[in-house]
Amino acid sequence: MNQQVPVITVRNLVKKFGSFVANDHLNFDVYQGEIFGFLGANGAGKTTAMKILCGLSSPTSGEAKVAGFDIYKETEKVKRNIGYMSQKFSLYEDLTVAENIRFFSGVYGISPSDRKEKQQKLLKDLGLESAKDSLIGSLPLGWKQKLAFSVAIFHDPKIVFLDEPTGGVDPITRRKFWDLIYEASDRGITVFVTTHYMDEAEYCNRVSIMNAGRIEALDTPENLKKQYSAKNMDEVFLKIARNTE
Amino acid sequence: MKQFIGFLKKEFLHIFRDPRTMMIIFLLPIVQLLLFGKVINTDIQNSRIAILYQSHDNTTREITSKLVSSGYFVLGEELMPGDDVEDVFRKGKVKMVVTFGPEFEKSLERDGKAEVQLLADASDPNTARILTNYASGIINDYVKKEKLQNLQLPNQINTEVRMLYNEGLKSVYMFVPGIMAMILMLISAMMTSISISKEKELGTMEVLLASPLKPIQIVLGKVTPYLLLSFINALTIILIGVFIFGVPIKGSFVFLMAESFLFIMMALSLGILISTIAPNQMVAMFISVLALMLPTILLSGFMFPIENMPLPLRIISHAMPPRWFIVIIKNIMLKGTGILFVWKETLILMFMTFVFIALSIKNFKIRLE
Repeated sequence: MNQQVPVITVRNLVKKFGSFVANDHLNFDVYQGEIFGFLGANGAGKTTAMKILCGLSSPTSGEAKVAGFDIYKETEKVKRNIGYMSQKFSLYEDLTVAENIRFFSGVYGISPSDRKEKQQKLLKDLGLESAKDSLIGSLPLGWKQKLAFSVAIFHDPKIVFLDEPTGGVDPITRRKFWDLIYEASDRGITVFVTTHYMDEAEYCNRVSIMNAGRIEALDTPENLKKQYSAKNMDEVFLKIARNTE
Repeated sequence: MKQFIGFLKKEFLHIFRDPRTMMIIFLLPIVQLLLFGKVINTDIQNSRIAILYQSHDNTTREITSKLVSSGYFVLGEELMPGDDVEDVFRKGKVKMVVTFGPEFEKSLERDGKAEVQLLADASDPNTARILTNYASGIINDYVKKEKLQNLQLPNQINTEVRMLYNEGLKSVYMFVPGIMAMILMLISAMMTSISISKEKELGTMEVLLASPLKPIQIVLGKVTPYLLLSFINALTIILIGVFIFGVPIKGSFVFLMAESFLFIMMALSLGILISTIAPNQMVAMFISVLALMLPTILLSGFMFPIENMPLPLRIISHAMPPRWFIVIIKNIMLKGTGILFVWKETLILMFMTFVFIALSIKNFKIRLE
């Protein structure tokens, strides 16, 4: 992890829906190669912030740069340099594994020869070679999620945004999914992940905790536990939630 | 461009892998057309009638044989004076009873006048009206040609009736344009709205929007396959109409296809508009059926004449795109007119397309805002 190179910078980011303030002056940096956990209760505003950074929504005011590009003026370039996986895991169920890979490769302009090479490696790494021509709909949920993540980083983005990627799977599958996240991080891909599983927060390099549209805390899990003299992240989270009530 | 072709490939895979979509696109138009053309037929053929002779003579016999040989009627029963006419109707054996008055031939030759009574079963009013019209037409025709020539009647006005543009009064002439409007609405508007809202529902739309694809590319990619398929369908319907049902194309074929293309564009933009409102496939389908299919069938003048509707419905029918399309199609196919006579309808369809696209863009911006 390189502490010196920020890949996401956010300054005074505000997002309002009418009179409701979803994001209230957010300020944070995310560094290259780190796994950045974006925590908060439902409705705390984490998905909204993430959508702004992905170019799916535009902010009311404030500044933000993603992968070095301005999210207002250089949306195109931002989108070329990120990967995105939504909480409804996001491959086409009626297409096969290979067809999904081919489609998303095409979207990101990966050449067919590159694609074939990478696809082979990917399926081998995941142990899914036999499933190449199976419809996504016929695969178990754990496989689908692994594939969705692998497809999201297939074009080697600088940053991958994961919106509650492990919702609805068992702890073992979740753990395996995190192995993939670590691998991506080792390859230098910055991982920006929202979650409300506190055990997952422990896996992150740094976490920010949002409450009612504001970032209440931002540090490594160890420091946060010290700061709030808590045994685990669950306690940290509860203490922050109580303080701000 | 490569991106776009990749997108189209994916869309076609979606379509070809879904049996329901395939049925709607390829089977439904043909089944509908054959159903409306062959089964639901409002033309009269071989209706059973009964004849009640109060006088048996050459003229009444000849008229009877004229009626039967017309193809519209079949002689079901011969009644004698005193027979219970109502009883025959109640048994449902015949649709109409023709009664010849007493001394038919004699009074016709003596006074140039004779009496025939047509009793029709009006529990089905449309059929009753058509049957009596046909029958009196045949009888008058016969009497005029065969009998009255010998008599010198002063100052007679002969009315000659011709049904222009559809001499045989075939109902299929009406159904082909109607079904075309309906099917194109169904495939273009409904299928597009369902296919776009499906991406929303499954979360893949977010992934597409977060990708380098521009929203306009996504929409075009979703819409183009349905444009192609709708066009093929329009062609199929016209060909079936022409070669199986003998509907003529008196005007320009190219112009006909151009107008169909315009209507498809209109329906596609309506489909896009629906998908910007509907959060999922169910809602999209619901809106399509309620807001598109029913009005298309009921208010476009396809099944029920607009002139007979109460004022509020007549006003609403103006907002129904198929109404204008059906007018255009009928004009081109049956009357052979060109743009000079349908420019108003064409402009209305263009205007509607424009409005739907503008509204879609507005809705889309609000959602992204």
